[in-house]
Amino acid sequence: MTSTAVPVPPVPVPPVPDPPVPVPSLPVPHVAPRLSAREVRARVDALPDPELPVIGLGDLGVVHSVGPGRDGALEAHIMPTFLGCPAMDVITSAVREVLEACGHPDGRVRVVLAPPWTSDRITPAGRDKLAAHGIVPPSASTGGGPARLPFPPSCPHCGSRATRPESLFGPTRCQTVGRCLSCHETFSQFITL
Amino acid sequence: MTTAADAHPPVRRDETDADLARHLLGLGDDALILCQRLCQWITRAPTVEEDLALSNIALDLLGHARTLLTWSGRLDGTGRDEDALAYGRRDREFTNVLLAELPNGDWAVTVARQLVYSHYAELYYGALAGCGDARLSAFGARAVREVGFHRLHADRWTTTLGLGTPVSARRMQAALDQVWPYAFELFAPDEVAVRLGTRDQALSAVPLRDRWERRLTEVLTGAGLTVPEPRWRASGGRAGLHTEEFGPLIAELQSVRREFPGGVW
Repeated sequence: MTSTAVPVPPVPVPPVPDPPVPVPSLPVPHVAPRLSAREVRARVDALPDPELPVIGLGDLGVVHSVGPGRDGALEAHIMPTFLGCPAMDVITSAVREVLEACGHPDGRVRVVLAPPWTSDRITPAGRDKLAAHGIVPPSASTGGGPARLPFPPSCPHCGSRATRPESLFGPTRCQTVGRCLSCHETFSQFITL
Repeated sequence: MTTAADAHPPVRRDETDADLARHLLGLGDDALILCQRLCQWITRAPTVEEDLALSNIALDLLGHARTLLTWSGRLDGTGRDEDALAYGRRDREFTNVLLAELPNGDWAVTVARQLVYSHYAELYYGALAGCGDARLSAFGARAVREVGFHRLHADRWTTTLGLGTPVSARRMQAALDQVWPYAFELFAPDEVAVRLGTRDQALSAVPLRDRWERRLTEVLTGAGLTVPEPRWRASGGRAGLHTEEFGPLIAELQSVRREFPGGVW
């Protein structure tokens, strides 16, 4: 078998790139400064409640404690307002992010059931924030006694004392709905538990 | 459903307790199945307030079920989590009382079912709050406050229907007569309940039966209704023997998990 030699065009040689300039490596990777338990607590307290962003977790009274666990790693203990509170997963992951951002990547979040959260744990500042948002703050709790209808509060719209409960259950699990007999408007009240 | 489970107080890996695991499974199944039934009212309740009420009650019950099933799975030695127990069992493996699975019926039947269950639950969780196990005691103290609201809701509706019109009173009475035979299973002295009661009286619901009956007699009398005296008593739920309507309920509960096994969002 014969073949005619076909002239091959010269292949252009690509220019050799300059060797990369060595970049001096950073001495240490950036690590968030490890804040004290007290400083972390202040940041956890300041996190807004996912369902009622007008109030922070601290004012809502759901932060039980922030401190070192048995192995020394920082632990944040959170008390659920209700066992089925759908915001708990959001709250635990938000708190975990705070622990990491505060230099405690080994920190843990624990949901604690004892002591139980009650509406009496809402701080005076928290009650003011609820009121400013048009939500009537809770009345004094029954102290573990049987549940009862909330004491009729003053209407947040017109101030009338003539109100009655409209519905035991409201827009979130921790609110009830009342109705004013003077201005006929409905309003939310934080549940008394 | 995993974050809250992780956060619950840890149980030692070697800690198993067959009786307590079985008992918590029954309590958890009661809450889970009643929750599922109540969810079937959503968008169908008589008013938007009642839509909110039943969905909020269901939400509380789901919270109870998650806690109880998580503990049960750790104590029974299998290490199953709440999802494995809720979505991974067959109908005969559920141990809820038959009361919890009763079809919703009309509004009065749902109110009667809530009345029977929430009075029982308030008494039982209140007793549990005084038991010797720190975890169960904390759970009882927490849950009793929640079911107290469910009981208030049921009391108010029973009174409203009982003292309403002749039709509402007749239908409320018919609902009570229909539901009452299913109440006794809540207090039944089965083997597990008896053994747990010997260990710690607060763990058993058996002694609460009389107080439950007194409280309900008070509510029904005040509402102009009669305490039913049924000639038969339902049983079998704790042993996994369920009513005909249970299969479709479980099929619906587990449908998403079957379609997307292992799915997360």
